[in-house]
Amino acid sequence: MARKRKIATCSLAGCFGCHMSLLDTDERLLELLELADFDRSPINDIKEIRGMVDIGLIEGGVCNVENVHLLHHFRDHCRVLVSMGECAITGGIPSMRNHHTLKACLEESYIRGVGVENAHIPDDPELPLLLNKVYPLHEVVQVDYHVPGCPPSADTLWHVLSALVTGRDPRLPTTLLRYD
Amino acid sequence: MSPDIRKTFHLDGVEIPFREGQTVFDAAMAAGIYIPHLCHNPDFEPHSSCRLCTVIVNGRPFASCTQPAVAGQDVKSDTPELNDMRRSLTEMLLVEGNHYCPACEKSGNCRLQATAYALGVQYNHYPQFFPHRDVDASHPEIILDRDRCILCGLCVRISRRVDRKNVFAMTGRGITTTIVIDSPSGLLVDSRVSRDDEAVQHCPVGALMMKGEAFKVPIGERRYDTSPISEDSVAKFQAREVRLHG
Repeated sequence: MARKRKIATCSLAGCFGCHMSLLDTDERLLELLELADFDRSPINDIKEIRGMVDIGLIEGGVCNVENVHLLHHFRDHCRVLVSMGECAITGGIPSMRNHHTLKACLEESYIRGVGVENAHIPDDPELPLLLNKVYPLHEVVQVDYHVPGCPPSADTLWHVLSALVTGRDPRLPTTLLRYD
Repeated sequence: MSPDIRKTFHLDGVEIPFREGQTVFDAAMAAGIYIPHLCHNPDFEPHSSCRLCTVIVNGRPFASCTQPAVAGQDVKSDTPELNDMRRSLTEMLLVEGNHYCPACEKSGNCRLQATAYALGVQYNHYPQFFPHRDVDASHPEIILDRDRCILCGLCVRISRRVDRKNVFAMTGRGITTTIVIDSPSGLLVDSRVSRDDEAVQHCPVGALMMKGEAFKVPIGERRYDTSPISEDSVAKFQAREVRLHG
């Protein structure tokens, strides 16, 4: 029997919708677990990748310093890196802030926002520093495959994952290619 | 059958009949062969600006929407090189504007999106521009969102030649090119545009849209959600041929 593959997943500037879609593969997840184990992932709450994994699935764009570190951690420890969803591929909805300065965004939320009391911009050292712009993953590291959709449907994610763990071509047929 | 219908050329090795005066694009679509296109709408004069419909005619590239069909010519369209070029052009249009498909009401009815599906665009190779462009929501019924404009010029051409109003024009050059409105304030509300104008009906993307019509058709049940643009365009074109020429 072929070696079991290892899969790691994470969400950067995303809404976890892509992870929900991954869970929507329902009983097919059991089929997947015959062929692969989950390493670091919000699904099992493992915080860091141990050793190398075969497939890294990343949801969300890159909006802060923590995202940059985690993305590099994944690139360094994943043989194949996959951008999952519109935010990872284009920046998506979070990148709508790119049309404004970071200062203007923060002031709109924390100084002038409706119902704001004790107005100040959060500066706790625990908070990761925001980048000036939100970036798609492939503008920061090399990405091997891209699965568009907001979120990609369970069928789409299944098509790509089952292809990658069994060594087939993961390219999407037109019927599964959606950006919305 | 009229005698001149027997004139033919070869498209990717298939013999295509054409009428005198027909373009390569029209003859191909009438014969059921889809050529990707964005700035061209067969109901209006061709413009040949998006270059997506480029084909190789006797070894040289031409925009098929304006290239007259000539008997015996050898045309190539569905080749890896031309499809790569079309994919690159589409990706450049996608990064140049702000095309947030998940948040766009045109999603599912958008020709840019559907063309990208047809060409298998899974991501854009180029860096996103994230340009800052103005939205004109001044009109009570029509919205102009320049973020989504691909500068195909259809609204400009139709407003000038069909509506005879000249509401839209393009200004600037290169990457700063943008759509402007012919009104004292530069806003749609002060222009002569109306919701019945042909010019506001044929935007291939979500740049010109009607207000108050959002989600009348749910996502997933829209035009190109249910039928690929290749089939949809050919079917629409062939129906038009029957209507006009019998």
